[in-house]
Amino acid sequence: MRFTPWALAFSAWLLAATATLGALFMSEIMGFAPCVLCWYQRVFMFPLVFVLAVGLFPFDPKVVRYALPLAVGGLLVAGFHLLLVAGYIPETLTPCRQGIPCSTVQVEWLGFVTIPLLSFISFLVINALLITAYLKTSK
Amino acid sequence: MKQKNIFIVAAVLLVIAFITGAYFYKKQQTEQATQLAAQNQVALVRPDAPSFGNADAPVHIVEFFDPACGTCRDFYPMVKALMAEHPGKIRLSMRYAPFHPGSEAVVKALEASRKQSKFEPTLEALFASQNVWVQNHVAHAELIGPVLEPLGMDMGRLQSDANTPEVATMIARDLLDAKTMNVTMTPEYFVNGKPLPSFGFDQLRSLVGDALLANNAK
Repeated sequence: MRFTPWALAFSAWLLAATATLGALFMSEIMGFAPCVLCWYQRVFMFPLVFVLAVGLFPFDPKVVRYALPLAVGGLLVAGFHLLLVAGYIPETLTPCRQGIPCSTVQVEWLGFVTIPLLSFISFLVINALLITAYLKTSK
Repeated sequence: MKQKNIFIVAAVLLVIAFITGAYFYKKQQTEQATQLAAQNQVALVRPDAPSFGNADAPVHIVEFFDPACGTCRDFYPMVKALMAEHPGKIRLSMRYAPFHPGSEAVVKALEASRKQSKFEPTLEALFASQNVWVQNHVAHAELIGPVLEPLGMDMGRLQSDANTPEVATMIARDLLDAKTMNVTMTPEYFVNGKPLPSFGFDQLRSLVGDALLANNAK
């Protein structure tokens, strides 16, 4: 059962579900208003929970095909967001003119863990898991 | 089926983690807010703030509000009804928290109306006509003239009173007090210095009930 395509897709689901609940915790319980870029990352992350769950029962290896575009899209937005927070992209190039500026760091755990970093890592691992699952099934 | 069990257990664990996390986070927040309120009674209770009801009432509700806030408008008659249920027992102090863009100018007029002893009718008229002068969460002070004219105030005096430095200072102080009390949304209520455990009228009612009971036990 270990490292089967199912287990890989399940891990991706687990990560997406954790990230989704984590995002909801921060916005709904802790009261952080999500900035525009965070919303785009949510648009890619939240559906992964449902798409992957449906693909797990019964296991359909094609679920990777359907989930991967979301995971890649999310990774791109998260990467852009990270570069923005790090200051490589000036804020004026972003769609955030009103409300919460996306370059504002609302959370910093251990001195370097920010919300965009968590999002980027989640998308990166989900991509890796899905691509591995794809390679395993196509063999 | 083994896979299904793993999935269900994981999903249930995630949901449980979310709920317990939320519970403990809220609890910790309430404790912090209670402590904050206890340490900052001066910032909470200002004697010159407009207030309703018996000044020596055993229960003192301090409300941070914005006349442009829809929930403040909806809660106002409910809080008044609660006061009417316990005549002479509840005092309500109003603190300004003009968080909406443009709202500060409206609050200035409201504060100036006190000089003509028209605070209550002005507040009620502003709430009643809120959808006229608040558009897309932006307060338009230029639209409140027709709302206030029927109240029989000297409008010229109202305007000059509204623009005095004392009024501006008072609003700035209230905003600073709101910051001190960690008030980020309106309306926010404190009952005898205690914040609401979570937002809602039932929570306010039960906090007032507790305060009344504590007073009766004395």
